[in-house]
Amino acid sequence: MLNYSIRRVLSAIPTLLVLVIASFLMIKAAPGGPFTSERPLPPQVLANIEARYGLDQPEWKQLWDYVTGILFNFDFGPSFKFKDRDVNDIIAQGFPVTLTYGTLSFLVASTVGIALGVAAAIRHNTWLDYLAVGISFAAQALPNFVMAPLLVLIFTYKLGWLPGGGWYGGQWQYLILPVAALSTSYMATIARITRSSMLEVLHSNYIRTAAAKGLPARSIIWRHAFKPAMMPVVSYLGPVFVYMITGSVFVDIYFSTGGLGRAYVNSALSRDYAVLLGVTVLYGVLTIAFNLITDLIYGWLDPKIRY
Amino acid sequence: MTKYTKIILAGLFSSTMLVAPALASNVHPVTGEALAHDQTFTYRMLDEASSFDPQIVEDVDGSAIVRDLFEGLMNEDEDGNLVAGVATGYTTNEAKTVYTFTLRPDAKWSNGDTVTAGDFVYAWRRAVDPETASPYAWYMELMSLENAGDIVAGNAAADTLGVSAINDTTLEVRLTAALPYFAQMTTHATTFPSPQNVVEEFGSEWTRPENIVGNGAYKLAEHLPGERSVRVRNDMYWNNDETILDTVVALVINDENTALTRYLSGELDRTDIPAGQYPRLVKEYPEEALSFPRLCNYYYTFNLSDSGPEAFKDVRVRRALSLAVDRKIITENILAGGQPQAFTFTPEATAGFTVPEVEMASMSQAERDAAAKELLAEAGYGADNPLELNLIYNTSEAHKKIAVAVTQMWKQKLGVKATLGNMEWKTFLNERGQQNFELARGAWCGDYNEASTFLDLMMSKSGYNDGKFNNARLDELMAMAKTADDTTPIYTEVEQIIASEVPIIPVYHYAGVYMMDTDLANWPVSNVQQNWYSRNLYKLAE
Repeated sequence: MLNYSIRRVLSAIPTLLVLVIASFLMIKAAPGGPFTSERPLPPQVLANIEARYGLDQPEWKQLWDYVTGILFNFDFGPSFKFKDRDVNDIIAQGFPVTLTYGTLSFLVASTVGIALGVAAAIRHNTWLDYLAVGISFAAQALPNFVMAPLLVLIFTYKLGWLPGGGWYGGQWQYLILPVAALSTSYMATIARITRSSMLEVLHSNYIRTAAAKGLPARSIIWRHAFKPAMMPVVSYLGPVFVYMITGSVFVDIYFSTGGLGRAYVNSALSRDYAVLLGVTVLYGVLTIAFNLITDLIYGWLDPKIRY
Repeated sequence: MTKYTKIILAGLFSSTMLVAPALASNVHPVTGEALAHDQTFTYRMLDEASSFDPQIVEDVDGSAIVRDLFEGLMNEDEDGNLVAGVATGYTTNEAKTVYTFTLRPDAKWSNGDTVTAGDFVYAWRRAVDPETASPYAWYMELMSLENAGDIVAGNAAADTLGVSAINDTTLEVRLTAALPYFAQMTTHATTFPSPQNVVEEFGSEWTRPENIVGNGAYKLAEHLPGERSVRVRNDMYWNNDETILDTVVALVINDENTALTRYLSGELDRTDIPAGQYPRLVKEYPEEALSFPRLCNYYYTFNLSDSGPEAFKDVRVRRALSLAVDRKIITENILAGGQPQAFTFTPEATAGFTVPEVEMASMSQAERDAAAKELLAEAGYGADNPLELNLIYNTSEAHKKIAVAVTQMWKQKLGVKATLGNMEWKTFLNERGQQNFELARGAWCGDYNEASTFLDLMMSKSGYNDGKFNNARLDELMAMAKTADDTTPIYTEVEQIIASEVPIIPVYHYAGVYMMDTDLANWPVSNVQQNWYSRNLYKLAE
């Protein structure tokens, strides 16, 4: 397993390199640049700014400087839009925010989702099943961009219980609405996947054998059915976790969290090349890491899988 | 001593007299109004500030913060009039090419150092130094400072700039052209002083809350990019005794509707009203929903360059299209925020600008429509040969609504076949800037409160003239206006040229449309540039 992990980590390096080069070329191909504005800068002023940020260099040189900067100094370069800050600052400030609400949302979505799914499967075709399916359908229909305004309308505007936005270092009252908004629809999807996968496993032959042997229901469900039923759920959870901790653009915008999701999208719109590339690299690294972790969890869930 | 200096000194003297009683009681020293115990002002910002560095900042919201953290030679009062800042006054020579500012000796940096003329010299050189790469370096050129252009171009050293410290309290400025409104230009953030030792010690990190040293009425206490920034009273500020607000909190809230909900839940003292919601809000909250004129225009520009369509070369076509735009529908039904209809390029709210008589303004919409039909027919377009055009705008709900309405008006009244092109912001700027368009949306907010800030755009050599309108007489008039004592006849003629040649279709002029807590007092509603200073605001007791 160690060999396998090392191989996967090594193969990630060319993947990341391709990711950086492709992103670099794509953002450069987009019309306009970081300093295109409603009032075009006089050529001389523009030239000074471009020289300051090295944008007057040939593109291969810019790419080379960028990649070597990351490899040797762990420096992702300056932000072109927020001139008092560099990319490392922006990530250092925004990532902990999204990591916090993302992890919490993930925990909420996966625990509630799995619990609902398992409950529905065990009590198949009973009121509990219908209730769980009903809840997950309703929640599925409430993506974060619908949930967020609804929650703010109810809990901030009507009831005045919770603040409608802000972060304040992640104090609990500022966390509740973003976490609720982000987790709801994922919770629903997780519940659905868990339910159907659990049902499939519960109807398989070895479960019937276990029941015929007279094993107690609790042992059948938790020792024999639960682990294999989690396989499809885990493959869904891996990417969802990365998505959640890197921030939802909508949650960031709607709740003014100062998170990384918004910084990422804004950097694309404002052609803030270095920020865009820096965050892309971060997302790439996280995606690769969690794909590996997901694969390792498979091995634990299913003894047939060997590395 | 010029008359300006006298007025400023007189104003200063009288205000000092009025404020003589100390602020011990919770009562406003001048108006006698009861003040709230908690003097915190919380407002919404659209986006994170580009910078807190006076020589680097380029966005409107960021400049408002910089105006609190730093203070320039001159300030603006609630009506946009010039009042003393770090300078107590100035004198000029006969030719208005040398300005000498006298600095107050009690102006202090937040670390206790005295603000000297040298701090301004350092800041101004910094603004033009290619090393600084200031996006507003052009502003120093616009100020006609001696050698500014050469320094920006890298052909002269920064210390050759036409500014010098005669002594700690005397700053001399040398200009290459006579600028009667030069002092007005020193209210702009780019001209604010910066603390050399701090900038040199911390480099680009000098504006962090833990490093920053300013000379404004407030200090930066906290900054969480993308979330909020907090500024608190600066005890070292020379006029701290008159400052009433203790804390100013700026929350970054991108979405206008979210901000409105948070305002209505009591989290904010001030926010912007989303397009179209003003009539409802003013009914529900008559004392909180405000609309007042702002120094910005909104227009469509014809591409008159070689890459533009042949049809637009015919002035009758351009005039017909302009006539057929029913501005009333746009201002009253779409924007619905008290915006004035536009028939001239320069907004009426501009200081010293008299709106000239333009024919279109005095016609009824029915007369305009009839004239438009006639003109277009004369130009050879009709049912069998409809005019076709493409209008581009950047992604925004309001731009889209207006563009749809306008093209619909053209279709119904003139049978014009118009297509719309929605573009993402940077793509839009790129296409418009390279004349890859037929008709494009445009908008401009004045850099300073004088008509040339708008009309300069129409000059053939202007970098902002994306339609490439070229009129020799207009160029000549605008050159004359730079040094003329009475600019009214000149600007009238320029607007008349624009009205008859129709290089652009003026649509409306902006209004500031805000929700403002009734506890918040003294917001400068009549400052058309909305250059506000927190130290002039205060919160009333409920």
